[in-house]
Amino acid sequence: MNFQPVLLWSDLLFWLLAFAVIGLGVYSARVEHLRRAWTRLGRDPVATGTASILCVFLAVGLMDSLHYRPRLEENLAASETLDAARYAVEVRSLLDALLSDLREQHEKTYSAPLAIRLYVMETEETEMGVTRDYPRLTRGGAHLADESGHRRDLLLRAAQGIVLAALLLFPLKMALARHRKRCPDASGFAWQGVLHALGVFLLFALPIAFLAAGYHVFGTDKVGQDVLYQALKSIRTALVISLVTTLIMLPLAIFLGIVAGYFRGWADDLIQYVYTVLNSIPGVLLIAAAVLMMQVFIDTHPQWFTTAAERADLRLVALCFILGVTSWTGLARLLRGETLKLRELDYIQAARAFGVSSARIIARHLLPNLMHLVIIALVMDFSALVLTEAVLSYIGIGVDPAMMSFGSMINNARMELSREPAVWWSLAAAFAFMLILVLCANLFADALRNALADTLADSQPEDRASSLATG
Amino acid sequence: MLAYLLRRLLYAIPILIGVNLLTFTLFFMVNTPDDMARMQLGVKYVTVEAIGKWKAERGYDLPLFWNANAAGIGKLTHTIFTQKSARMFIGDFGRAENGRDIAREISARMGPSLAIAVPTFFLTLFVAICLALMLAFFRATTLDFWGVVICVLMMSISSLFYIIGGQYLFAKVWQLVPISGFGEGLDNWRFLLLPVLIGIVSGVGASTRWYRTFFLEEVNKDYVRTARAKGLPETQVFFRHILRNALIPILTGVVALIPLLFMGSLLTESFFGIPGLGSYTIDAINAQDFSVVRSMVFIGSALYILGLILTDISYTLVDPRIQFGKK
Repeated sequence: MNFQPVLLWSDLLFWLLAFAVIGLGVYSARVEHLRRAWTRLGRDPVATGTASILCVFLAVGLMDSLHYRPRLEENLAASETLDAARYAVEVRSLLDALLSDLREQHEKTYSAPLAIRLYVMETEETEMGVTRDYPRLTRGGAHLADESGHRRDLLLRAAQGIVLAALLLFPLKMALARHRKRCPDASGFAWQGVLHALGVFLLFALPIAFLAAGYHVFGTDKVGQDVLYQALKSIRTALVISLVTTLIMLPLAIFLGIVAGYFRGWADDLIQYVYTVLNSIPGVLLIAAAVLMMQVFIDTHPQWFTTAAERADLRLVALCFILGVTSWTGLARLLRGETLKLRELDYIQAARAFGVSSARIIARHLLPNLMHLVIIALVMDFSALVLTEAVLSYIGIGVDPAMMSFGSMINNARMELSREPAVWWSLAAAFAFMLILVLCANLFADALRNALADTLADSQPEDRASSLATG
Repeated sequence: MLAYLLRRLLYAIPILIGVNLLTFTLFFMVNTPDDMARMQLGVKYVTVEAIGKWKAERGYDLPLFWNANAAGIGKLTHTIFTQKSARMFIGDFGRAENGRDIAREISARMGPSLAIAVPTFFLTLFVAICLALMLAFFRATTLDFWGVVICVLMMSISSLFYIIGGQYLFAKVWQLVPISGFGEGLDNWRFLLLPVLIGIVSGVGASTRWYRTFFLEEVNKDYVRTARAKGLPETQVFFRHILRNALIPILTGVVALIPLLFMGSLLTESFFGIPGLGSYTIDAINAQDFSVVRSMVFIGSALYILGLILTDISYTLVDPRIQFGKK
């Protein structure tokens, strides 16, 4: 084999989560009121549009979660005789392999977006004597012999991208129109939302892709690394933080919330006490305390980690754990309150009178009726966690400095605005990617909440629907 | 009322004990003082003597909970738990790594923190209520729609962006205010202007959207319909009736946050170089000064509990249907 697959902890959890989400989807499609909410959601073009953009982000993240260690080239001959292949210490992902061109070619230092010359002057010795000039980049615009063709080349590449996007979109649009004409009221799924989102995405992504083949679209950072590559790699970190944290938080919140609400008595008192204690500690400080402790732990046990990627990965997973343990309280309180209300309803009283066991009542009667709260909490927390990661990394208690994330991108670049002229592209790229991700998540969460609230309002007395709208 | 308050205060004690035990577990049992000493002195080249000296200087060379070597009550008091953790209840926070008294440092830094946090908090509240009222008044119009869209957009932008962008634009490009710093006396407003403004802008999107739902909930209630049926103009309905009733959930909701203003804002203070508690905490985190972080955790949770009590009191004050001491 030319590579050795590596399964990092966060990869495992991330993939597990992807399957868990599918499972949740299948489960909720079987529950009547949730299925109706999903159908309603599917008719909302905002929801389908933002969901498709989120899927693109997710695809990038998942591609970046298949890791391997490439085989070392120089040992190829030797290892075939020795039968023991050697692999590089560096861990790469499928995304790295796809973007190997962006990943490997390093400039010396900063360069502006789409530039062909470096940001700083350098002294060059030629036969004409010593001159000071901005040197040409080794990758950005290297194919251009003559600098005067720079602008033309940029326009040409961008135009190629736009034309290709239009060529891809046009048949889709036609197909959609024909589909609508043929069966006007099929499922009512808002394909136009998907199409518009996809259109906007392709109109940006394809020109960027064409330009990225010859230039650094978002410039390069201090050590000359491509900023676009960094931003793409940061997507995974943001997704892992926000999704794995929810994975850890959900079971805790669901279990403890339902137990407290259903059994009441001392269990309720105890669980309430625990979450009041956890809640009362300011979130950032609790996270800081735990991360500091973890840092000490990692530093005193260096022998546990064979590669730097594993260490950074463990820190990421630990951060998710810490965030999960500190953030289950809100959802648990909601679920407890709702369970307290539900357990007094007739159908649950009836089930208990028939002698149905508590576990069965919880699984069959309570959980399906609490699912809407869980789903809302899931999507609401998502965007908040993406933003939190950036802040935590800025404070220095976030992900490992070696791991690319939006927070570390911002942190590394924030002092550079004071340069003259300002180095703004790293920050701009990080903020732009974050904004798109969070905005889509927020809009999707809104649409989902409205769909669930409307479905509940249709089928049930108004008090539950109104509790949903405010909670 | 007094008995009710007393009971609430007593209820706070077990929670504070829980917080204390939790931080103690985190800071002394998960990682022993030996690990901390190694962190502070450098991980690799450190001798056992140096660790011992470091621990003795800071009083970390005692047993955790039970000192078998001491006599009488000393068995309990001569431990890390009572010396370092339990003493926080009487306001003794010990010393930071640089030898300064933490309690004195905290009281000195409270002023600058409040100078930023208080105006930010109240102005954000005021602006958000005004905007939410406007959106609710023009509900289901284009203005409302775009208002909500802008709110969602504003809350999707990282607070780091507001701070970095604001500093760049106002302080560097336009040079209207100093980039960072903190002054004494009246001249101080120049330093405060930008952080407060940025604080308002970064907070107002989420709050406006949130308060708008409170207003919209009131809009269709019976008493509003009665008011309209009496022939009151819509403006009167809004300012006389809806505003007052919607303010109840808004105000009782924010009361819980007032005590936490003392903690300052981590990001704003560190970006603007304001010598408040927020930047103190960040510095402590970066210097891995555990005693300061521990103290701030304790103070933060005490303030949070105070906020809970204030919330309860405010509920009973604004809503006469809720009576003291009755559930």
